[in-house]
Amino acid sequence: MPDDKTIRLKIKRQDQPDSKSYWQEFELPLKPRANIISCLMDIQMHPVTRQDQAVTPVVWECNCLEEVCGACTMVINGKVRQACTALVDALPQPIVLEPMSKFPIVRDLHVDRTRMFENLKKVKAWVHIDGTYDIGEGPVIPEKQRAKAYLLSECMTCGCCLEACPQFTKDNDFMGASTFSQVRLFNMHPTGAMESDERLETVMGEGGIADCGNAQVCVEVCPKKIPLTESIAEIGRETTLQLLKNLFLK
Amino acid sequence: MRKRRPSYIVIGGGLAGLAATMKLCEDKAKVTLVSYQPVKRSHSVCAQGGINAAIDTKGEGDSPETHFYDTVKGGDFLANQPLVRDMCHQAPAIIHLMDRLGVAFNRTPEGHLEFRRFGGTLYSRTAFAGATTGQQLLYALDEQVRRYESDGQVKKLEWHEYLSAVLDSEGICRGAVLHDLRSGEIFTVKGDAVVLATGGPAQVYGKTTGSTVCNGVATTSAYLQGAKYANGEFIQVHPTAIPGQDKLRLMSESARGEGGRIWVPRKPNDDRDPLTIPEEERYYFLEENYPLFGNLVPRDVASREIHNVVYNKELGVGGQPMVYLDLTHQSEGFLETRLGGILDIYTKFTGDDPKKVPMKIFPAVHYSMGGIWTDYEDDGHGLIDHHSPRNQMTSIQGLYAAGECDYQFHGANRLGANSLLSCIYTGLMMGPGMIRYSQNLRTHFEDVPSTVFDQARDEWKEKFADFKKKDGKENPYTLHQDLGSIMLANVLIVRENAKLENALTQINDLETRFRDVKCLDTTHWSNPAPSMIQQLNCQIQLAKIITQGALTRNEFRGAHYKPEYDLNQPANFDPHEYVEYIEKKQYGEIQESDFPTGHSAYMKRYEECNEQWLKTTIAEHKNDQPAISFEEVNTSLIQPRPRKYD
Repeated sequence: MPDDKTIRLKIKRQDQPDSKSYWQEFELPLKPRANIISCLMDIQMHPVTRQDQAVTPVVWECNCLEEVCGACTMVINGKVRQACTALVDALPQPIVLEPMSKFPIVRDLHVDRTRMFENLKKVKAWVHIDGTYDIGEGPVIPEKQRAKAYLLSECMTCGCCLEACPQFTKDNDFMGASTFSQVRLFNMHPTGAMESDERLETVMGEGGIADCGNAQVCVEVCPKKIPLTESIAEIGRETTLQLLKNLFLK
Repeated sequence: MRKRRPSYIVIGGGLAGLAATMKLCEDKAKVTLVSYQPVKRSHSVCAQGGINAAIDTKGEGDSPETHFYDTVKGGDFLANQPLVRDMCHQAPAIIHLMDRLGVAFNRTPEGHLEFRRFGGTLYSRTAFAGATTGQQLLYALDEQVRRYESDGQVKKLEWHEYLSAVLDSEGICRGAVLHDLRSGEIFTVKGDAVVLATGGPAQVYGKTTGSTVCNGVATTSAYLQGAKYANGEFIQVHPTAIPGQDKLRLMSESARGEGGRIWVPRKPNDDRDPLTIPEEERYYFLEENYPLFGNLVPRDVASREIHNVVYNKELGVGGQPMVYLDLTHQSEGFLETRLGGILDIYTKFTGDDPKKVPMKIFPAVHYSMGGIWTDYEDDGHGLIDHHSPRNQMTSIQGLYAAGECDYQFHGANRLGANSLLSCIYTGLMMGPGMIRYSQNLRTHFEDVPSTVFDQARDEWKEKFADFKKKDGKENPYTLHQDLGSIMLANVLIVRENAKLENALTQINDLETRFRDVKCLDTTHWSNPAPSMIQQLNCQIQLAKIITQGALTRNEFRGAHYKPEYDLNQPANFDPHEYVEYIEKKQYGEIQESDFPTGHSAYMKRYEECNEQWLKTTIAEHKNDQPAISFEEVNTSLIQPRPRKYD
């Protein structure tokens, strides 16, 4: 070892969705520019605990390793974030890794975020086009509006906002900030807006915008700095208008 | 009789897989979409800079024909030309489609699409959405596929692994063997055809710009089942990546498209703060050596130059294998709008702000021009017959491929912002031909005896049971790391036959060690260990394909650089001389005096080299080794000629 610096990791593990969790500790040599992912990879190559017990390698989810895919979200030293951008140098030790608590555990640090993708279906998070055939250019969009939409469309369905949200729990239907923000994104698009009524009706229903407790922690933990509270406020306004519209026009 | 509804299996949910799924669904087909992970997390999200289409919004005189020329020239003329031409002609329609799908492309003041410069061209041809264009394009297609999923037309099998194609007694693909990565169950799915849209093989090199799922396993599995693999040795090394422990993160070419300059201090080991080094003491080697294209030379050229400056001239920053990529002369507001996403990545991983200090970067393995061999049918007019079932079909009937995992579009070197295009293009283009293929089938998978599927499944069940029993001494992850080290040390930017031979020996040794591998986990739920063994086996085979191809090809073409076979282009050579040379040849003998001194001799060398090597490398699995042969390239539209960028 070039120096005697080591990293201590304390990892919460769970073999199956319904089994009991347990903790294991690992000690690794510190490498330059190490992040949580490179540590977990080092454990794969030497799956032995600090107590010299040979164990199975830790299971976690990752892919791009540059914070654009959203896969490697976990709770690191009590804070929900992506493991790839969690540089070891900046973390107090021992570094504690836990799976997100708001989603069903698959195994170890790997959780099942299907609920987020199902919510995208519920709110029709897409632009319904006539077809893929060449019918010419898309709508003219002012750059300012494009820039606003771009901020929202960087959402990588990572789940940080939901892990932090006090309203979002394993056993309720609350959709949460990421979904509301997608409603705002598609309602902003000139073609997407043609289905805005349906999207708003959905978020006015069960698990919708009315359940938001306005804790505002979602925006603090978003790794992409998406203005989630602005989205919530905007959807709040839009649903109020929709309510009035329903009252007078239906 | 009720019309039979075609059904397909698409493996991989990146741009190509999603585009194919969307197109097939539009034609009322049913699609099973298979992916290691939720498709929204596919590697296409990593593409940053943009997507090319010659829409010519700035009066530069760009056209799809120029895009076509730039692409085949960038690829050193190794790509089949009708396909490339068709792609370039479809490109504007593809951008407009993606725009209609809601992609947040940057706009002009009037609200139209904005375009920027990229490597290997002199035109502003690249549409972009900030610096996360791949992510934005992928999300748009993911959303369309989600719409079809909620209508019940698409069934997603995420957290599933493709193991192999199911081939009937005639060798026709009738389905796929899949592995549920959570339950561990191995089973088959049936369909009229299977599409591999499984991306590149970066993981064969270990540390690269690729994602962890870019392992090349699906195409290698097809190769092991008899499919041809083409041009494996053509691996793109991207000039600008951020060094890291787990990954070499890409720093997009768009950084140079937006004015970024590459330089090193002229004085070796200069340890001054880069901002204090005066202009005249900086060596802007790309700008000096290539006055016409400057920092935007194609990637193979830029990577070789950086390699040369660092290892031959020993001018790497601080004596390290790094050079500066400098954006500090641009305004912070401009950089934020045009490049925000990638500059954030740099800051997050290095702690430095590229708006204030020059970035330190180095080349990294990035893309495979080669891939599984696929077919096409031209329309006799230099474009593609879009209804031909042959388009994008591998050499196994009924097994198709699209995106980075095929070999067809980029020749010996890919131009920046052409990969997103080729992924979406192939996915969309192959749809009508696949529908025709289903209609033409005389027998369908429903007619195939169930024993064919049962047997395929049981073979894999047995293999996985064996993997789980492996209790040797070798850690598979360490073996994988060692494989990557062999490839990085021997099969990279500069290639020498002695080193390539040595690499083959080392890969064979590693294969021997692999027999003594240990399955690190023998539990039954969400256990990645047996898959790791299966994947490693394929990656060893793929490493052999790449290395054997590189060893066999004794020339210098695009990304495949063998200094020994450099034809040494004269400094004042003009590529058009070669066109003239070929014309003159048709009318009689060439006089030495027809061209400047040394040029005819050079052109003769070039001509001979093309006669022997302007061919597609084909690898086939025979006696457990890749058997190499060569196939003609369709160069019917543009006369191949020497490349030049200065």
